[in-house]
Amino acid sequence: MYTPLSLWLIISSIGLATYAMRLVFVVAPSLQQMPPPVRRALRYVPAAALAALIVPELVVLSEGVQAVLLNERLLAGTLAAAVAWRTRNVPLTIAVGMGSLWLLQALFSL
Amino acid sequence: MNTRRNQFLRGVRAELPVLMGAIPFGMVYGAAATSAGIPVSITQAMSSIVFAGSAQVVTAQLVQAATPGIVVVLTACLLNLRHILYSASIAPYLHHLPAVWRYGLPYLLTDEAYVVAMSHYTNERVDLQYKHWYVLGAGLILWLVWNLSTAAGLLIGAAIPPAWSLDFAIPLTFIALLLPALRDRASLSAALAAGILALVLATMPLKLGILSATLAGMVVGLLVEPRPTTPLAPIQPQPQERP
Repeated sequence: MYTPLSLWLIISSIGLATYAMRLVFVVAPSLQQMPPPVRRALRYVPAAALAALIVPELVVLSEGVQAVLLNERLLAGTLAAAVAWRTRNVPLTIAVGMGSLWLLQALFSL
Repeated sequence: MNTRRNQFLRGVRAELPVLMGAIPFGMVYGAAATSAGIPVSITQAMSSIVFAGSAQVVTAQLVQAATPGIVVVLTACLLNLRHILYSASIAPYLHHLPAVWRYGLPYLLTDEAYVVAMSHYTNERVDLQYKHWYVLGAGLILWLVWNLSTAAGLLIGAAIPPAWSLDFAIPLTFIALLLPALRDRASLSAALAAGILALVLATMPLKLGILSATLAGMVVGLLVEPRPTTPLAPIQPQPQERP
């Protein structure tokens, strides 16, 4: 489907663009003179961007409330979030999340 | 200088817990790229060059679906647009550095390194002078482990049963990073709004939903902030809430 050359082109383009996006504000001082509301809004980038990446992985919109809420990924993710909230412990969060997903998958397949 | 080494090693140590999520994440990517038919060398090179987990996984999925190359590039770039926001928020802490640092450090600032770096920069108890060594330590160890786990995914990924749901380590890593970032009501509101919108907009083309949801979440955070947004806002007498 793709020649190796076209794949190399694809990943170099993505890599270059990604580097440029990480770089732009750091090396362009004129861009750092941002209006105060923009500067304050940027403080919410980590919370907003991470949540936007997480939620579509946990919730699958399907027919019926029960099917949405009894999704094993949503349940395991919620449990992991509770652990992260209480302990701030990354390995424990991942361990509890994976463990409860396996447990729920086993239960739901009974 | 001892302080530089200290900061570097402290950055490495701060990144270690996050690696537990990055290792399965990298393996999932390596396995996904193999099954998409991407050659081993290119799969590995993408981890070195692009260094952005979610965009790499999506690229593998799109290549597998035989999406036109230009659409693959656009989608991955749109998914990575949040790095512009990362760049803008970390820039004020980096602009005093020599060019080699200003051009080098941003290359390492993917999600997991950025979050660790930002929480160090916003910690005012530590002097700013050598903080960039901390960021270098965190970024380099993540880059190294990311590449090693990609290689592991290439080698043994196909042998991992799908029933293990190793891909679930990806959202779990983000969950572990998100919760400490929810410091107040405003950031909680920003996350809730972005999460709900990302779900509603999940069917938008080219993964645009994630970017739109992030921007909307930022606006919600601003609106919920306790302070008035402009000094010119009319002052209204209202009961003060005291915690």
